[in-house]
Amino acid sequence: MRRFSLLLSLLAGDPQADRAVPPTGYTARLTLFTAGAMAFLAVFAMALASTSGRLAERWGAELARTSTLRISAPEAQVDLQTQAALRVLESTPGIASARALTSEEEQALLEPWFGAQLPLEDLPIPQLIEIVEDAEGYDATGLRARLQAEVPGAMLDDHAAWRQPLVEAAGRLRLLGWVSILLIGAATGAMITLAAQAALSANAQVIRVLRLVGARDVYIARAFVRRFTVRTAIGAAAGAAAGTLALAILPRGEVAGGFLDGLGFSGAGWLLPVLIPPLAALVAFLATRAAAMRSLEAQA
Amino acid sequence: MSVAGGPGVIELEDVSYSYGGGELFSNLSLTLAPGSFQFLTGPSGVGKTTLLKLCYGDLIATSGRVKLFGTDARKVDRDGIALARRRIGVVHQDCQFLDHLPLAENIALPLTVAGRQAEAEQNLGELLTWVGLSHQVDQLPPQLSGGERQRAALARAVIVSPDVIIADEPTGNIDWEMSQRLLRLLVELNRMGKAVLVATHDLNLIRAAKAQVQSRVLRLKGGRLQAAGADL
Repeated sequence: MRRFSLLLSLLAGDPQADRAVPPTGYTARLTLFTAGAMAFLAVFAMALASTSGRLAERWGAELARTSTLRISAPEAQVDLQTQAALRVLESTPGIASARALTSEEEQALLEPWFGAQLPLEDLPIPQLIEIVEDAEGYDATGLRARLQAEVPGAMLDDHAAWRQPLVEAAGRLRLLGWVSILLIGAATGAMITLAAQAALSANAQVIRVLRLVGARDVYIARAFVRRFTVRTAIGAAAGAAAGTLALAILPRGEVAGGFLDGLGFSGAGWLLPVLIPPLAALVAFLATRAAAMRSLEAQA
Repeated sequence: MSVAGGPGVIELEDVSYSYGGGELFSNLSLTLAPGSFQFLTGPSGVGKTTLLKLCYGDLIATSGRVKLFGTDARKVDRDGIALARRRIGVVHQDCQFLDHLPLAENIALPLTVAGRQAEAEQNLGELLTWVGLSHQVDQLPPQLSGGERQRAALARAVIVSPDVIIADEPTGNIDWEMSQRLLRLLVELNRMGKAVLVATHDLNLIRAAKAQVQSRVLRLKGGRLQAAGADL
C-alpha cells in the first residue's frame, strides 16, 4: 500500500517540485530523441512480429490444404496419364478437388525465373495437377501406391518437406520481432537511466539545497521522474506515429515485386503502436525512479 | 524512524567524529536549549562546520549520541532527517540558493517543500520587509550583493518558524555595517525564543552580541570544546 501511494505521489503533478530543478536542454533533447528513435524501431519490430505471425498461420493453413501432382511422361502420353490421374484423385477420399493447370498458369509460375516469352511448347515441362484437400485430408501413402500402379509418370508432392521449415522460419521471425521489442525496451531504459544520472549529477547542488531546507527524497525524485517520464512519453508518441506512418506508406507488393508485401499490421493490429508511448513512459518511470533513489541514497 | 515532537532542543552527548583516518574531535557535548544564544569559535579547520552539520543531521557522529528534538539521529531515516530540518533554520556562509529561481521563491522554498505554499503567500511580504529585501523579490540570487544574500538566507531559514537557527560564518563575506544588521535580526529571533548557534571567527561580532543578548561562547580547539573566558 505504501509503495502504491509512493507511485501515485511520484506520478502526481507538482509544478513547484518541477521548478526546483532547472531545465536542462541537453538531457531533454537526448531523452526525446532516444524515446522517439526507439519507438520508431519498436513499431517495425512489432510489425515484423505481427507479419511473421500471420505468415506462419497462413502458410501453415494453405500448405496443409494443398498438394501437387507432377506428371512427367512422353508427350504422347501426357494427356492420357493426366486424365487417369484425375480419375484416381476424384475417387480418393479426402480430396475436395483436383484440377490440371493450364499451360498459361504453368507459364505464369515459371515467368519469374524465365521471363514472359518462354516457349513452353518447345520444352519438356511436366503437367501439374493442383489438389485441394477437404477437412479430413487424404491418405498420402495409399494415394502414392494407387498412382504408382495406374499412372506411372505421376509424382505426388504433399509439400510436407518444405512446409514445416517455412512455418518454423516464420515462427522464429515472429520470436525475433518480440525479442527485438524487449531489447528496444531495455536499451530505452538503459539510455534514460544514463540521462537521468547525468541530470542528477549535474544537479547535485540543487539536491543539497533542497535537502538543507527539508525536502524529502520523494519530493526531489518526483521532479526528475515526472520530467523524464513525460519527455519519454512525448518522444515515444512522435516516434510511434512516424513509424506507423512509414509502415503505412511502404510500397505494396505489386509495386515492390512482393519483397515488402504484407509488412505491417492487419485490422485492429494497427492499434498496437498506440501501446508504445505508455509502455515507454512506464520504462522511463521505473528507470528514472531507480536512478533517482540510488543517486539520492549515494548523495546522502 | 522519524523525529517526533520533543523539548525543542538539539543535544550532542560525548560525540566523536573521525574523518580521513583522523579524529576531528572526541567526547564533545553540547546542548542547544530553547532561547539560548551560543557562539562557536576556533581556528580554521578545527571542525566547526562539521559540528554544525552534526547538529542538523547532515553528518552522523562516529560515536556518541546526537539527539534531534529528543530522538537519536542514528535511529532516524532520511525522511525523518528531512522533517527535523524543517525545525532547524540553517544559514551558510555561501548561502546555497537555487540560482535559477527568483529570490521570493528561494526564501519560500522550505515551505514549498513542506507543501505549505499558502503560508508562504501570507508570510513572505512581512519577512522580506523584516530583512529589507522587499524590492529584490524578483531578482535571481546571483544578482544580489553579499549582504543581501546573507539576509535572504536568514529569511529562508526562519520562514518555517524553526525552533533552532544554526549559522555558519554568516558574516564572513559582508561588511561591518551589514554584520550588525544581521546580528540584530538574529538577536530579535532569539528574543522570540529560538535557540541560536553561530559559528564565527569574528570576535567583534561576538562582543557586539554580548552587548545585546546573554550569550555563551564556546571554543573548539584541539578536538575539545571549551567555554571561552572573558579574554575575547
